[in-house]
Amino acid sequence: MKKRIVYYLNQFYGGIGGEDKADTKPFFLNEAVGPAVKFSELIDQEGEVVGTIVCGDNFYSSNMEEARKNCLEFLKALKPDFFVAGPAFNAGRYGIACGDICAFVEKGLNIPTITGMYDENPGVPLYREHTIIVKVANNARGMNEALRKMSTLALKIMKNQELFSAEDEGYFHRNIRKNFFYDEIGAVRAIEMGLKKYRGEYFKTELEMPKFDKIPPARAVGPLNECKVALCTSGGIVPKGNPDRLPVSASDRWGKWDVSNIEKLTPENAESIHGGYDRTYANLDPNRVIPVDVLKDLEKEGIIKKLHPYIYYTVGTSTSVNNAERFGREIGVELKNAGVDIIILTST
Amino acid sequence: MVKQIEKITQKPVVQIATIVPIMLTVGANRMVPGIAIPHPVGDPTKSKAEEYNLRRSLVLRALNAATVDINEPTTF
Repeated sequence: MKKRIVYYLNQFYGGIGGEDKADTKPFFLNEAVGPAVKFSELIDQEGEVVGTIVCGDNFYSSNMEEARKNCLEFLKALKPDFFVAGPAFNAGRYGIACGDICAFVEKGLNIPTITGMYDENPGVPLYREHTIIVKVANNARGMNEALRKMSTLALKIMKNQELFSAEDEGYFHRNIRKNFFYDEIGAVRAIEMGLKKYRGEYFKTELEMPKFDKIPPARAVGPLNECKVALCTSGGIVPKGNPDRLPVSASDRWGKWDVSNIEKLTPENAESIHGGYDRTYANLDPNRVIPVDVLKDLEKEGIIKKLHPYIYYTVGTSTSVNNAERFGREIGVELKNAGVDIIILTST
Repeated sequence: MVKQIEKITQKPVVQIATIVPIMLTVGANRMVPGIAIPHPVGDPTKSKAEEYNLRRSLVLRALNAATVDINEPTTF
């Protein structure tokens, strides 16, 4: 039984026009058109393209909900086993449409999806984790090569073959760490890698370390008695009962607490739920982790002008760098809007 | 997290934490070494009054750090 594939194209590759047709609503054809024809030939041993969706790039990006809904209806009728979009090369709107529809289909229909983009396409960071984005050239001169790569990978997936690393298979890694066996134990590989590094020879890390940005230090502020101060913590101090349901580790969220009407944290109003340290001392006196009591006193004494009414908290153990950065950005926006001058953040 | 807060607000973020080498990699530009991991601004071996004063002095050190211009990650 050949696998049934539906293919998504924009107005240009769908053959109806250029920018003048970018507002076209999605329409559906019961056959392959444009690049889908060649793709269908390439995967002929395992599947065939049974339908094509053509949608204007402007329409998709300005009406995502509606576009997704329309496409899903068509797909439900056709019942495909596999979905392909693009390749979008370096086209931003097209890349976002391809990434988005693939992510949506993969989640909604639970079928594998594949698309192709150039590495600077804005669709890559947004959707790399939600579909398979094959690395392709930056313009349509690379179409044949792109279709070849996409179809090779598609065949593997349709045959249920195991995929090697993203780098080997030629797609953008999806931040998935997969365990597999090497011939030699880690200790041997580590020494070999170390020796190569020492000799100045080429070596390749087995695990890419995240790169940490350096941010230029913010200008100093003052005097203190004119400053609004905010308190944050990654030490997992939360209002008693953990109303935001923060997890004990690998947190995907942060919380905020209006402490305007309390003088300090106590074991009655607060607790620590952090999974990465002994919480005994923090639970006896949560001010030991986030010094609300001292800041309140400094405010009363006029040493600082004001303590921002909200304290911000999360659990900083096993937090992914992406999440931590997102928390920082979201909290940063609130603090910026509140006109805070100094931020003190405690970590455990 | 701290770097993003500083980047967005453009205001000094002072981090109080114990493990300075970690802060140097992922932490704030302005750092104040804390007392211990489970209680960065506390010390259960001290009396309540002593502990409060210790906490206050750390907080004041952190606030002061925000009033000092720096060019690179600095421990206060």
